[in-house]
Amino acid sequence: MARSHVTTTVNGDEYEFLCDAEQTLLDVLRDELFLTGTKEGCATGDCGACSVMLDGRLVCACLVLGVEAAGKLIETIEGLAHGDELHPLQQKFLEHNGAQCGICTPGTLIAAKALLAVNPDPSETEIRYWLAGNLCRCTGYDKIIRAVMAAAEEMREGRS
Amino acid sequence: MDEMRYEAPETLDAAVALLAGADGDARILAGGTDVLVLLHSDMIEPGLLVDIKKIPELTSIAVEAGGFRVGAAVSAMELVEHDAFSKAWPGVIEGVKLIGSIQIMGRATMGGNLCNASPAADSVPALIAAGAIGTIVGPEGRRDVPVEDIATAPGETSLGKGEILVSFLFPPRPPHSGDAYRRFTPRTEMDIAVVGVGISLSLDDGGTCQAARVVLGAVAERALLVEAAAAALIGTPLDEAALERLAAAASAACRPIDDKRGTKEFRIKVAGVLARRAAQDALERARGN
Ligand SMILES: Cc1cc2nc3c(=O)[nH]c(=O)nc-3n(C[C@@H](O)[C@@H](O)[C@H](O)COP(=O)(O)OP(=O)(O)OC[C@H]3O[C@@H](n4cnc5c(N)ncnc54)[C@H](O)[C@@H]3O)c2cc1C
Ligand code: FES
Ligand code: FES
Repeated sequence: MARSHVTTTVNGDEYEFLCDAEQTLLDVLRDELFLTGTKEGCATGDCGACSVMLDGRLVCACLVLGVEAAGKLIETIEGLAHGDELHPLQQKFLEHNGAQCGICTPGTLIAAKALLAVNPDPSETEIRYWLAGNLCRCTGYDKIIRAVMAAAEEMREGRS
Repeated sequence: MDEMRYEAPETLDAAVALLAGADGDARILAGGTDVLVLLHSDMIEPGLLVDIKKIPELTSIAVEAGGFRVGAAVSAMELVEHDAFSKAWPGVIEGVKLIGSIQIMGRATMGGNLCNASPAADSVPALIAAGAIGTIVGPEGRRDVPVEDIATAPGETSLGKGEILVSFLFPPRPPHSGDAYRRFTPRTEMDIAVVGVGISLSLDDGGTCQAARVVLGAVAERALLVEAAAAALIGTPLDEAALERLAAAASAACRPIDDKRGTKEFRIKVAGVLARRAAQDALERARGN
């Protein structure tokens, strides 16, 4: 059977690709569009390394089919920084050593950004629950939590 | 393996026709949080996937007959964000909120949680306790069935070929009603229920329990609606003696398995403890409205 022709928007740019029905959005991002910032940890929805925004909702790209991306708005880690200017979350992850091997980092950053969009002033507990779907084998989480709290504070100050 | 075809029809009729006309394994795709995991581990090899998320009846939440009609393919996150529904059915929301991480909730649906037919599905006990009715459409037309009659055993439902669960109808809430869902897991997030209990009840003006439904999850091949447990509450003010009888009836109804997450004895004991706590949560909510 012919591969499906899909048009979608990633980080504000329109992309077209061909894909098989079995291919996930994660496969498509990495292997067809060469946006390899989004990582694969488990491919079963458990680790969150593949977290992206799909029409404004945080999802695991490994649990979305590529064909389902047709006509949708997708945001990935590649859209987080503005040119050379890091997003406050990225800056704080650097300062607080929130990344070690880095496999979980893009997904965690996307998930943290989604949290701060709905809750600009989360408590530590709220951050821990929100990020429960983002597993990290390296940092022990504490540095990630500190980084998110620091970024949230900076973003609140930036707003007022 | 033959290639899989993907279709995303925009009407129920078209979806039913696709499913009924398919030879070989055709699967409904809702949020895909179970289907994609099964697909990629080669546990299923469907020739056709029918995505139901473009069908308006499946993705809307509406007020109907004084209650709510919730599309079977509404995502968990969307339901949680619906203020009026969350206020009316906090116990259903407690169950829905436990469906995996924020990422999983962005995709997972109550229809999928029910039709995947895991005995440990977290949204199902409260859904049954609520007295929700499932509306099913298929080649033979439309039928309405109580939610407890849909999942029958692990991975099995009472749906026939070509049938789609379209929506859930939640009845109107009398005054002084409350519901709650409690589960036990070794971890607080991202874990599978060892036991889950959903309870919905209504009180009269004097605080006596008028109606109750008690449902146990993860202690049998499907969620169990336990009438003896409800009978322990009805006609009482949910005093200590009634809660004691409730716990005993809940434990007595369990026919669990032993596995790495809990032994039989443990599950039986915990079912009673959780039933009592869920009843207390539901009582507090019923008194508050
Ligand atoms: C990492 C992870 C953690 C999870 N944690 C939990 C948890 O803690 N608690 C819990 O309960 N669940 C948990 N789940 C499972 C949960 O996400 C699913 O059961 C989900 O609710 C299924 O909904 P879906 O829309 O994704 O269904 P899908 O995967 O699309 O479908 C599931 C099944 O139901 C059928 N189906 C779907 N919709 C319909 C319909 N309308 N009519 C007829 N058949 C239909 C499909 O054909 C398929 O067989 C977890 C999953 C993952 C990946
Ligand atoms: S790769 Fe998607 S959740 Fe792990
Ligand atoms: S930094 Fe290695 S997994 Fe998180």
